[in-house]
Amino acid sequence: MANMAQAIRMALHYAEENLGVTDVFGEDVGPPLGGVFTATQGLKTAWNSPLDERGIIGCAIGLALAGQRPVAEIQFCDYIFNTIDLLKIAGNTHWASNGDWNVPMVVRTPVGSGIRGSLYHSHSFDATMTHIPGWKVVMPSTPLDAYGLLLSACQDLNPVMVLEPKALLRLKGEEPIPGEPGDDRALSKMIDAPLGDRSKWKPQWPALEPYTVPIGKAKRVREGTDLTVVTYGRTLPLSVKAADALVAEGVSTEVIDLRSIWPYDWEMLRESIRKTGRVLYVNEDTEVTNFGEHLVRRTVEELFYELLAPPRLLAGKFVPGIGLADPLEMASVPQQGDITEAIRGLAREKP
Amino acid sequence: MTETASRRGRPALVKEPLPLEKALLVRMHDLMVEARVLEERLIQMYRQGHGYFWIGGPGEEAFNVALGLLMRKGQGLDFDYLHPHYRQSGTMMALGEDPIGALRQMKNAASDPYSGGRNFAGHFTKWEWNIVPVNSPIEVQYVMAPGTALAQKRHGGEGITIVTGGDAGTAEGDFASCLVWSSRPGSELPILIIVTHNQWGISTPASTQQGPKSIADRGKAFGMKTRTIDGNDAIGSYLALQEIIGYVRKERKPFLLEANVSRLYGHSSASGANFVNAEQDCIAVLESKLEAHGVLAREEMDAVRARWTEEIAAKARSVRDEPLPEASDIWKHVYREPR
Repeated sequence: MANMAQAIRMALHYAEENLGVTDVFGEDVGPPLGGVFTATQGLKTAWNSPLDERGIIGCAIGLALAGQRPVAEIQFCDYIFNTIDLLKIAGNTHWASNGDWNVPMVVRTPVGSGIRGSLYHSHSFDATMTHIPGWKVVMPSTPLDAYGLLLSACQDLNPVMVLEPKALLRLKGEEPIPGEPGDDRALSKMIDAPLGDRSKWKPQWPALEPYTVPIGKAKRVREGTDLTVVTYGRTLPLSVKAADALVAEGVSTEVIDLRSIWPYDWEMLRESIRKTGRVLYVNEDTEVTNFGEHLVRRTVEELFYELLAPPRLLAGKFVPGIGLADPLEMASVPQQGDITEAIRGLAREKP
Repeated sequence: MTETASRRGRPALVKEPLPLEKALLVRMHDLMVEARVLEERLIQMYRQGHGYFWIGGPGEEAFNVALGLLMRKGQGLDFDYLHPHYRQSGTMMALGEDPIGALRQMKNAASDPYSGGRNFAGHFTKWEWNIVPVNSPIEVQYVMAPGTALAQKRHGGEGITIVTGGDAGTAEGDFASCLVWSSRPGSELPILIIVTHNQWGISTPASTQQGPKSIADRGKAFGMKTRTIDGNDAIGSYLALQEIIGYVRKERKPFLLEANVSRLYGHSSASGANFVNAEQDCIAVLESKLEAHGVLAREEMDAVRARWTEEIAAKARSVRDEPLPEASDIWKHVYREPR
């Protein structure tokens, strides 16, 4: 099965062939490198930009205003922070112009910890991004969802931010991308750029088929009855593992992959929380004014009398950075042990 | 010199002709007066409590009208994209925009065609003419303009991108980004980068903040053609813009143009919006030339002003009682829905 980086690449190939994507661009996105995570290798519309994040977002806005379909990349979300007022403009242009213009652009950026990235390759961006209205924000945790969400993003009439959990980019999926060959080595040979001289290399794309994950729809990845865990990105597979481990202790955990952070699938969350009466929100952005706090508030305001325990949030520590040394990173963002402990505690809590 | 002379009395008739056709000169004058009268009416509306804030372009009419007259107006890549700043009313009038739109925006009426009562005066937009929405941050248009220019470069044809801003905004990194992205070797863009230099950033003189003798010189390091012109000279601005726009259209290369202009009512209503006597008035400059060359008589020019004053006052009266947006309108246009 394809890994997430390959799935993104195949989605962008499908999008430039079939959905009118005109530009896949950013720092080191074009040949020879094809992206620091290889996500843009071999794409016909991929090009290298100057090392200028404001220039990248500004150019994407301009391309979108001119009727193009850009997919811009910010190499690491740690470097997107100096573009925030431009992201606000991309998000407010339709509203500010009273519907005169719209900005159909996609921005992809790798987020989160898990590669020992220290202060400037470990940031999350979901908390900040969900403070910017007018955007849609998605975050896949499987290759197939990455493919499906990107295909949706590339057809949307509004700006869409695709947050790519960098810890999962190399992880192979459990479900095939429609059209990918069954053999991983065959796929690699077809679409992975060779090491060394790539000047004559051309990818051989499989006959990919359309598959979309609608923006705004979550996925129940594990059924359970005692409590609900809602998460996305790197902490999704960790939550599933934690839930599996707790079966031995008699805890039945439902796990929901939010996938689409804004807009989000409140219907699915509400239904699950009503069933279990307990909910734990997990993400790795810093915990103060975290998006999970919004979900906790909504849960309290709308479902208070149906809850068996207070809704909980497990998120990153509110410290200025993620330190390089193993104990520092482990202590800064939720790990499997933290999630297990949080589920265990919540499951035992009685009204 | 001529300006002072014209104020004192009728100058002697000059024999050699002006370098533009009479019909064009008369039209330019008419549009400049229209834009000026509009701005003065907007200021008056602000003073009378019919709007919260005024910002606009009195003092830039000579340059901005010439620009609007030379733009290729329409929607899509074959036409010119304008990434304007908030002193661009002269350009909008020259393109043929009805001044009532600006009055409605000043009144923040629901009928405001640019923002539905959401944005400040002078914040124009018009998708059908490729006029990108004005944003209040004074630099961001410079970093977006390369995007439309890149699309036009690929498309071919003669459509170009024009971006305008003030001198103070060139201190922002986005101006440098614009120079970098417009001149990538082998990917030079069909873009006219304009700085209207009024010597001020609100209250701060440019001379105390910026070292370069000329902002246009900054383009030279990027291999682009540059020029500094007198933006208060309507005829000179028209001729320079005609040549420069022609260059960008045909050669598909960037050009950095600096136009020295006046700021005749200060930065905005926040600084009082009072007329500034110490700065040159581009309309007076043109009128003295038109009179000296026998293109228009004083009485004719006074009649132009009287006509616009009456017409725009009537439009302002008609706007006065138009309804404001509804509270529920805040939810409109958060997202573009598929049609």
